[in-house]
Amino acid sequence: MDFLRPETLAEALEIKAERPDAVPIAGGTDVMVELNYDHRRPAALLDLTRIPELQQWEDGLRVGAGVPYVRIIDELGAQLPGLAMASRTVGSPQIRNRGTVGGNLGAASPAGDTHPVLLASDAVIEVASVRGTRMIPAAEFYLGVKRNALEPDELIVAVHLTPAKGPQQFSKVGTRNAMVIAVCSFAISLFPQENRVGAAVGSAAPTPRRAPEAEEFLASALDFKNPKPLLDSVKREFGELVSRAASPIDDVRGSAAYRKHALAVMARRTLGWAWQELLAKKNGSEERPCA
Amino acid sequence: MTLTPAELTSAVSGGIGTSPQRPDGNLKVRGEFAYASDLWHEDMIWGATLRSPHPYARITSVDITEALKVPGVYAVLTADDVPGRNLYGLEHKDQPVLAVDVVRYQGEPIALVGADHPETALRAMKKIVVTYEVLEPVVDMETAVDDTPLHPGGNLVRHVPIRRGSQDVTAEVVVTGRYEVGMQDQAFLGPESGLAVPASDGSVDLYIATQWLHVDRDQIAAALGLPQEQVRLTLSGVGGAFGGREDLSMQVHACLLALHTGKPVKMVYNREESFYGHVHRHPAVLYYEHGADHTGKLVYVRTRMYLDGGAYASSTPAVVANAATLGVGPYEVDNVTVDAYGVYTNNPPCGAMRGFGAVQAGFAYESQMDKLAEALGMSPVDVRVRNAMTEGSVMPTGQVVDSAAPVAQLLKLVQDKPLPAGTSSDIRELPGGVSNTTHGEGVVRRVGYAVGIKNICFSEGYDDYSTARVRVSMVNGSLSAAVHTAACEVGQGLVTIMQQIVRTELGIERVTVLPMDTTIGNGGSTSASRQTYVTGGAVKAACALVRDKLAGRTDIGDEVIDETTEWRHRATEAIDPVTGQGNAHVQYGFAAHRAVVDVDVDLGLVRVVALDCAQDVGKALNPQAVVGQIQGGSAQGLGLAVMEEIQTSGGKVRNPSFTDYLIPTVLDMPPMSIDVLELADPHAPYGIRGVGEPPTISSTPAIVAAIRAATGLALTRVPVRPEHLTGT
Repeated sequence: MDFLRPETLAEALEIKAERPDAVPIAGGTDVMVELNYDHRRPAALLDLTRIPELQQWEDGLRVGAGVPYVRIIDELGAQLPGLAMASRTVGSPQIRNRGTVGGNLGAASPAGDTHPVLLASDAVIEVASVRGTRMIPAAEFYLGVKRNALEPDELIVAVHLTPAKGPQQFSKVGTRNAMVIAVCSFAISLFPQENRVGAAVGSAAPTPRRAPEAEEFLASALDFKNPKPLLDSVKREFGELVSRAASPIDDVRGSAAYRKHALAVMARRTLGWAWQELLAKKNGSEERPCA
Repeated sequence: MTLTPAELTSAVSGGIGTSPQRPDGNLKVRGEFAYASDLWHEDMIWGATLRSPHPYARITSVDITEALKVPGVYAVLTADDVPGRNLYGLEHKDQPVLAVDVVRYQGEPIALVGADHPETALRAMKKIVVTYEVLEPVVDMETAVDDTPLHPGGNLVRHVPIRRGSQDVTAEVVVTGRYEVGMQDQAFLGPESGLAVPASDGSVDLYIATQWLHVDRDQIAAALGLPQEQVRLTLSGVGGAFGGREDLSMQVHACLLALHTGKPVKMVYNREESFYGHVHRHPAVLYYEHGADHTGKLVYVRTRMYLDGGAYASSTPAVVANAATLGVGPYEVDNVTVDAYGVYTNNPPCGAMRGFGAVQAGFAYESQMDKLAEALGMSPVDVRVRNAMTEGSVMPTGQVVDSAAPVAQLLKLVQDKPLPAGTSSDIRELPGGVSNTTHGEGVVRRVGYAVGIKNICFSEGYDDYSTARVRVSMVNGSLSAAVHTAACEVGQGLVTIMQQIVRTELGIERVTVLPMDTTIGNGGSTSASRQTYVTGGAVKAACALVRDKLAGRTDIGDEVIDETTEWRHRATEAIDPVTGQGNAHVQYGFAAHRAVVDVDVDLGLVRVVALDCAQDVGKALNPQAVVGQIQGGSAQGLGLAVMEEIQTSGGKVRNPSFTDYLIPTVLDMPPMSIDVLELADPHAPYGIRGVGEPPTISSTPAIVAAIRAATGLALTRVPVRPEHLTGT
């Protein structure tokens, strides 16, 4: 197995064009497990850790694909609260030190923790090859179980996100209180200025996916200009629509019926917390619900 | 001058009753301790194991031709290459070293490859062609006995009946239940590993992580067709055991490859292979009927229990005997009917795991006691105290409990502990933890109690002993001691205990623990909570011999005092095969738990807020190690209560990884308040009572009782899953 270590992005793209079978590796928290278990034996590994621009984030926001979860939590928590919440649920501290959002996107596991947040907050994935750069909306990025929209010569370079314009929440069910793979997960982003809501489910369908009917329902049911306490009926209907957006399976981690049930509960609760934050802000309070 | 232990305890530090540092502690904390997976030898090659993908199949052919052609391959071995007896087992010799004609569980070893690199071995292994005629597996423990026979004698491994008192008595209040216990794994962190080094005379040295060097040696020698003295074992660094290393894994395989190739052979399982490479805790189905009078006094207990031994017997007979003889719990019951069955199926083989049969029964009888309390309108603690065993009580086997049995006291101790503060606002302390599933919504807090009983040491007439050697000589002008046994240190701290005993007995502060190996006699198994009791007893006895020769001297010049002795606990008896009567056990240990649990009743997620414990340990030789055992045993019980299960389907394991086999983290296991009682057992060295297993038994039912109280659900199966709590 060749271990290729480009110093620049241009060099990496050239290598990837010549050797599309080379598997990119950043933190290695997915790739190394596959190698150790002999589930995958690529002809070459393409080490991305030396490329400076992948390790940086810029205001705006453009987050390099190689920025580890721990930096998202520490440096971007205020601007990207939803992504930071999801990042906190990833593995152990050691995994969060190594693992990256770029890796999450590359693996494209339906259970990847950051996907619902990226979907709910309209992230755009910047991918590049020697042929040029493409900007792929998250909603078009996930094609199937562990399949994404990358061409064989392309690399994930960055994730583009707007700093949160309203409350964001992320919630995940697992049968352990830390270091657990998602049984199912849910993310919500409120865009009060645009009278809009983003909502997406994880680990509850062949791909992470948005819940468009739930988003539309909420956009019409909520009065962002003049927010009032939420009606239980709104929360319930929203939960039902989120649950309906999922098409989960029965597997070793949980039953399809439980996933549908849990998504509805998480949708109701996260909406409640997000709305509470909005109300608090309108009332001049700086207090935010803990998360 | 006569040196007495009392004087010496005060003369040197680090004796019994104190908590000196472990000799291996710093290395382990720094990550510098050499575990068996770190073994290395010049010129060594690597072994790999081809395993069956089917739970039950006839092998119609094995073709190793292409595997042998892979460059770097030294040997490919099958059952034909086993020179001795191709059957082994702890109690019944029923398990092949390498499969012949049939495979009876998924993961059963069929062939071995030795190659110059682990990758080469893996590549070659995949070129071995095995053809199978796949057969319908037997997977239901309740019907297995009447199903396709998997072994020549049929599928019943052992039936233990107990008949005590009246068999047809009736009672005013009757509660019945059917309970299930899922298959728990020991989940030790250091996977199976060993290094076999062949010698020029045809003998072999094996460096191995195990729980019992001598029984490994005897089984290896029989399989290799060698005299026992030509198989030498040395304990390597063991990363946890919990029963899972009592059976052989790759011991014979590595030696076979080493003797065949003339090269040192290393084998290391990865995490997935480890799940196939060792036995698990028996899953169980248990039917119970409890009858009581209106005051809550138990009139009778009747139970029928099934324990799934999987494809091979392992220690199933002893597990079944424990479940049966301890099957009513730490309670006085005059009329008892027990029928416990251990069976063969095509599920993964099951054997020893911390608690050993008492865990399965404990979940069921404690669930029944709660049910009885509810039927009587009594509190769970009151109904237990009403029936609590004491010293002098009679077991269902007729055995009189002849040392402390402070069951009521333990319950009252945990009941009287202060309750934790109200529900937290920190998500890490709420159900779901860092996953941010609740900020308090749906959370209901309730309390549950349980108490358990465990036999300590080996039972049913087994000649249970240990051998210890203590050597004293002058080093740099002062007395120095070395202690040598074959008793395995698996992480529990026996190395420290042995040093402490020598310090106390001889007044010598500097004590070296020699490597554990088979150049000395049997140390017995590191299981059944027995090593401090039995090997501790042997070290104490060897010290007494040394002390006589020392005769009070503090300078012995060039003399070396070197004494070896065997020590055994008092004998036990076989139980009657029809009535189950007999003095089966040496000693009984007791622990009680109070669990305080927050349940998110909407999501079915659980956070154990407090898991306080009281346990009698007779005498705490090392108080810190005692508390560590109670914490660890309680955590393992918590795992069984709410998350740990090897899930099988049609005999196949569905979750052989730590991604999907979950064990508790620090956010799942609360800090514990622990009361340690020291009610000396006059029959045991220093009065000690085995510590490691009792807390594993009561922890699980206490937690489930609290979840039941929070949800109002019956919850008759562990581990409790979110689906059970949400009806999905």
